[in-house]
Amino acid sequence: MKMSGAQMVCEALIAEGVTTVFGYPGGAIMNVYDAIYKQSKFEHILTRHEQAAVHAADGYARATGKVGVAMVTSGPGFTNAVTGIATAFTDSIPLVVISGQVPLSLIGTDGFQEIDAVGISRPCTKHNYLVGSLEELPRIMKEAFYIASSGRPGPVLVDIPKDITAEMGEFVYPKEVHIPTYKPSYKGNDRQIKKAVEAILNAKKPLLYLGGGVVLSNAGKLVRELAALAQIPAVETLMARGVMGYENPLLIGMLGMHGSYASNMAMSETDLIVSLGARFDDRVTGKLSEFAKYADVIHVDIDPANIGKLVDVDYPIVGSITDVLEKMISLLKHSVKPDRYQAWREILARYNELHPLKYDDSDEVLKPQWVIQRVGELIGKDAVITSDVGQHQMWVAQFYPFDRPRQWINSGGLGTMGFGFPAAIGAKRGVPEKIVVNFTGDGSILMNMQELVTAAEYKIPVINIILNNHFLGMVRQWQTFFYDKRYSETDLSFQPNFKALAEACGGIGYDVTTKKEFDEALKDALKQNKVCFMNVAINRFENVLPMVPAGGALYNMLLEHKDK
Amino acid sequence: MQEVRRVISVIAMNESSVLARVSGLFAGRGYNIESLTVAPIPKSNLSRFTIVTKGNAKVIEQITKQLNKLISTLKVIEHEEMVEKEMVLIKFSANESLADIKALCSAYNGGIVNAGENSVIVMIADESKRIEYFLSAAQRYNPIEIVRGGVVAIER
Ligand SMILES: Cc1ncc(C[n+]2csc(CCOP(=O)(O)OP(=O)(O)O)c2C)c(N)n1
Ligand SMILES: [Mg+2]
Repeated sequence: MKMSGAQMVCEALIAEGVTTVFGYPGGAIMNVYDAIYKQSKFEHILTRHEQAAVHAADGYARATGKVGVAMVTSGPGFTNAVTGIATAFTDSIPLVVISGQVPLSLIGTDGFQEIDAVGISRPCTKHNYLVGSLEELPRIMKEAFYIASSGRPGPVLVDIPKDITAEMGEFVYPKEVHIPTYKPSYKGNDRQIKKAVEAILNAKKPLLYLGGGVVLSNAGKLVRELAALAQIPAVETLMARGVMGYENPLLIGMLGMHGSYASNMAMSETDLIVSLGARFDDRVTGKLSEFAKYADVIHVDIDPANIGKLVDVDYPIVGSITDVLEKMISLLKHSVKPDRYQAWREILARYNELHPLKYDDSDEVLKPQWVIQRVGELIGKDAVITSDVGQHQMWVAQFYPFDRPRQWINSGGLGTMGFGFPAAIGAKRGVPEKIVVNFTGDGSILMNMQELVTAAEYKIPVINIILNNHFLGMVRQWQTFFYDKRYSETDLSFQPNFKALAEACGGIGYDVTTKKEFDEALKDALKQNKVCFMNVAINRFENVLPMVPAGGALYNMLLEHKDK
Repeated sequence: MQEVRRVISVIAMNESSVLARVSGLFAGRGYNIESLTVAPIPKSNLSRFTIVTKGNAKVIEQITKQLNKLISTLKVIEHEEMVEKEMVLIKFSANESLADIKALCSAYNGGIVNAGENSVIVMIADESKRIEYFLSAAQRYNPIEIVRGGVVAIER
């Protein structure tokens, strides 16, 4: 069929099963927006900032497992999108981002709103394309979706010059992709898997180290099956919260800089790490030379470059976690003796009794941990939880009762303040039957607060709980601990009226200072079913504990902070 | 860990931004490039990059893995057993002793490729190490300009 390049973009999106696109128009992408206007197969959500469009597509992808799609114009539209693209890149989230570009004839002339999008995005995309002709457009669209969602997922940028979207041509959407240079391998090597299983059988203190890759490859069920079968305890990274489920007796907790005592000690004392979709990030390992000194390492990852990058690996296995776990489980089924690890499980249980995650509740002032646990009690499994970046993010990761993968959505790798609210909008669009709550800070929320308007217009009832400490709290905590309380540029005493702000944009606002007010506000928010800001005043100087000081050994945790 | 010199060949799609992808990877991850040559592979839509780099074993392993990870990369060849050659062009003043220069060149697989009124140009193609020897020997004849071509290599 003959059609314009702009129509081809829409037809490709439809062929890929896309139902929601997040974006923002402008000169170079207008032809595509004209084609969007004329179709009715997918909806377009107009965010109020391109960064938010990409975060929304990202939240949609994380909540559903599908590819998220965002669309922006050239120049500033694209550069605004870069933080969103980089955020998705560092957490391996499948996105296709379509950007307009100046016409081919103007490329290289410093034309109006011309910027080298493929140049800028090269280090923060899995792959990118500058479309060079109409003929290659359908193939590139097909490849973009395939590359984004296969192997180790990631964002793919398709930059399309304006004249190509205007040009008419024959549209044939390829059924398959042929990229001779890209063949991700999913099947783990059988011999390696067998050796790894033998190592598990011979270990005394094996430990499952679970990362975001488990979520990405939808392997949560298999992980639980393996753990249950062999009775091996597990620690989760920030990105893997929910994989084991909070009620699972084999879950020790979250490890890393703000991990639990038992989790970090488990990692420090294990004799065999079974790493599944984790990448030994510095926020997890602490000082590398002191990390897991007694352990052999089984490292399962779909990306060979992750294996052996930071930690020496004894049993490298490249493949999808699903494939590898299926094989491991069938091998272990007849040979594993769960009693062998009984003593180890008891040690870890004792560590958790010795130093459980804890906080001092108060009757005078709300504690963030109480608020988070309260949300867990009241809506627990019914909610999908997003967060911004800072102390509140760590408290949510520590204290919310996550019970399944994809219930917890946050920017782990890049740590992007401003991610939470737009990601929540995208997540709610992806899983509308769930309640979506964004835990945020008084700093972070202002970085994408304009999305109140989007959420109000499209009736996307995201509940934003602002854990308001009147500080850039995480930075303030470091200043308290390591900079002699010189609170350089972290005091946010000057504040907007959050309640009025929400109302001005078509949402609801609540000011909360007591437990009773919180319960009432949450109840009302659930009933009203409208976007809201819940401004919750919390203890200003609350710290996230335990803490492994940056660069320190994982087993050297600050368990409490005594004010000098 | 000990630093080693390595010659790495990359076979990649011959498309517009592939050189930027390869060199950007080195720049962004802080890997070192001693020399880099690129040319299309005849009768194909592929290019061959020959990169000389330095690093400890872990770094070299990461370099090859990251290069492999590029969507445009077909193959990465990292061998100790490579036949490698480098070309160099040198300009001398015509006032220098041409016979001596010629003799020196022939000891290193080279010769005079151009002779003008004021200068002569010689070309040498040899292993990088021998190129170094040649260049230090050639100092005697006051070279005006030296242009090195970078290493090309092929598996034994
Ligand atoms: C875009 C961006 N800028 C700066 C930072 C550095 N940073 C990390 S946490 C933080 C403070 C966040 O404050 P707030 O949102 O109020 O959360 P709190 O720590 O108080 O819970 C800052 C500035 C960041 N992560 N992202
Ligand atoms: Mg704050």
